[in-house]
Amino acid sequence: MTGSIFYWIAFVVTALAAVFAAVMVITRRNPIHSAMFLVLNFLCIAVLYLLLNAQFIAIIQVMIYAGAIMMLVIFVIMLLSVEEEERRRKIPVPLAQMLGMVLVFILFAQLIFGVVVKVLPGEQGEFSPERIAELGDVKTIAGLLFTKFLFPFEVASIILLVGIIGAVILSKKER
Amino acid sequence: MLNTYVPVLFLIGLAVFFAVFAVGVSHLLGPRRVNPVKASPYECGMITLGPTHQAVPIKYYIIAMLFLVFDLEVVFLYPWAIVFRKLGVFGFVEMMIFVFILLIGFIYVWKKGALEWE
Amino acid sequence: MELFQVQVTMTDLLVIAPELALTGFALVILLMSAFARPERRGFLGYTALLGVVAAMVSLYWGIGVEASAFGGMVRIDPLSFFFKAMILLICLLIVLVSLGYAKREGIGFGEYYVLILFAAVGMMLMASGVNLLIIFLGLEVMSISIYILAGIMRDDTRSVEAAFKYFLLGAFASAFLLYGIALIYASTGTLDLAGIGRVLAEQSWISGRPILITGVALLTVGFGFKLALVPFHMWTPDVYEGAPTSITAFMATGVKAAGFAAFVRVFFYALPSLQAHWTQIMWILAVATMTVGNIIALSQSNIKRMLAYSSIAHAGYILVAFVAGNELGISGILFYLLAYVFMNIGAFTVVILLGKKGEENTLIGDYAGIGYHHPLLALAMAVFMFSLAGVPPTAGFMAKFYVFSAAVKADYYWLAVIGVLNSAVAAYYYLRVLIYMYFREPEREQAIGGFSPAAVLAIIISVWGVLQMGILPSAFLALARQSIQFLL
Repeated sequence: MTGSIFYWIAFVVTALAAVFAAVMVITRRNPIHSAMFLVLNFLCIAVLYLLLNAQFIAIIQVMIYAGAIMMLVIFVIMLLSVEEEERRRKIPVPLAQMLGMVLVFILFAQLIFGVVVKVLPGEQGEFSPERIAELGDVKTIAGLLFTKFLFPFEVASIILLVGIIGAVILSKKER
Repeated sequence: MLNTYVPVLFLIGLAVFFAVFAVGVSHLLGPRRVNPVKASPYECGMITLGPTHQAVPIKYYIIAMLFLVFDLEVVFLYPWAIVFRKLGVFGFVEMMIFVFILLIGFIYVWKKGALEWE
Repeated sequence: MELFQVQVTMTDLLVIAPELALTGFALVILLMSAFARPERRGFLGYTALLGVVAAMVSLYWGIGVEASAFGGMVRIDPLSFFFKAMILLICLLIVLVSLGYAKREGIGFGEYYVLILFAAVGMMLMASGVNLLIIFLGLEVMSISIYILAGIMRDDTRSVEAAFKYFLLGAFASAFLLYGIALIYASTGTLDLAGIGRVLAEQSWISGRPILITGVALLTVGFGFKLALVPFHMWTPDVYEGAPTSITAFMATGVKAAGFAAFVRVFFYALPSLQAHWTQIMWILAVATMTVGNIIALSQSNIKRMLAYSSIAHAGYILVAFVAGNELGISGILFYLLAYVFMNIGAFTVVILLGKKGEENTLIGDYAGIGYHHPLLALAMAVFMFSLAGVPPTAGFMAKFYVFSAAVKADYYWLAVIGVLNSAVAAYYYLRVLIYMYFREPEREQAIGGFSPAAVLAIIISVWGVLQMGILPSAFLALARQSIQFLL
């Protein structure tokens, strides 16, 4: 299916939209506008996941990122005083930013080169797209998450717990 | 495979079309008589003074943060429920450990009064 | 592989026994701190101490054992044993130091100890993970705990600033690391370190694998941030100055130990076939890190900032051993880190004891005349400063000796020369503290702000460590050599 013209059109349109939204996020002066473009970016990435046949991840992307995390981001923007940021003058591009751009360009060129020459050897995983389609996407993820990756899964609960503790002690009065 | 998404795409297109159409048509056809009173933010209220932006109290943030954490927990529960029968007792114990650790976090949050709206 | 079939054996649990013990105690302390009344929370620190001791006991099983657990996710072998033991030692010293300090600064509630224990769990996962996924998760558990710990003094703007800076830059660093891991996965098809090593050994031709190179570069950047290597060190002085002093000591030793554990594991275990390539980058990083750290440290007037730059410089010395990459070099990394644990935690403990509530009294000028008012404390500080400067017969001297001789042995003469010159420069600012302590008149009466027997015990352990490793280093070096034997 990756060969079909429909697939490529869908991919190119979504990818361009994602890049456009990402650029808008970092260039808008009003943080709320940035946040809205971030939502667009997240939605485009969800579509890219769909194109990769990862339905579960796509749904999670919408639920967690475009939903819950964006809500958090907007609360934080509303917590801070936004006006100052809006009024700030344009800063000239310093040396560090120029250097950063050059490095990003090199990184990008490396990646493009890597994709073009298609040197992706290594071990082929046992879960080919056909196998996943046969088993079902969620079922494959669940099967691996709760067996092979059971230890990382339990560690994730510790990370979440630490996050809870942090939210409480950094923003709540001691009692 | 991808063809299954065609109805979804169609639906999105329809929704966008309807929104654009409704707003656009009323924009084109509706009469417009603008005057300063009508253009003010609150036509029948007080004139606003100073910045209209008000900082939101931090209690909203902590609720949002806690929601996010427990939302993530639920995300893990969904695939678990799908394969629950196949995993058997082992899977049950595994998920109970995960939930137990977060339950301790929940008890802690509750006891600390982070869920109270004060 | 058949889906849905898995079992956890006793061996699996034994391999992660120290992590389990610390997690269990952390959960208990968290519940106790939620239920105990504020005035009754003094015992929570002692419970944390008990937890660390329990973890040490459970680590005892791992002596000389080589076993992996959870389908090759984590592993206990001499290398991870050495680092786990070192991390638990750091944790023990930090909790000892905190007992008095946290009470003085009003941060002695349970969460403080919970987060220290969780950070130690993350560090140990980094040290024992043989899968990039576990290394990343361990790093996150450690980092998130430490972001919070850095900002735990919420009423002090410097502490909040430290937490914020560390969090923002740390999040970027994690993103770099994760992207690097993703690209390495893309080009090798596995996250397992041994698997990556196998794939790369089969195809040593790398010039046509830009994705792999990019991945390794991003991985280096990510680790470089955590280890505060130049040019990824910008956050270090502000964060080290603003964070509570006990946490600064924890960051300078614990995060470095865990970071270097993962660094050594990834580069010598998974990427040895690319050694010729990454050595060149490490060479530059080592020189930059040593030189920048030492030169900026010269002009510092705050002792916490000075120790921050000094910790950057020490990471540079450790990188010299990393570049050398021979047997003496890799065991030198382990030896150096252990020596650094003793001398650095010792020095920070003295800073804590001489400080006053609200992080006052941390200027080097404030140390004038300490030598007469508190002769024993000043003597301990002198030992730590001599060791940091690398004066015999202290641990710091032996550590530098091994590191530089490893560089010479591997024909990196210039690196060794630069390192020795750097140590000479560094001696100036360490000895300046001594001059203030012994040869300057005090401007005002000095009183010890946070005296506690536990902190004194921590100083005694540190002094013992520094002198023992300096006078009789062979046993420690032999241990370090045994720990890395299987890598060669």
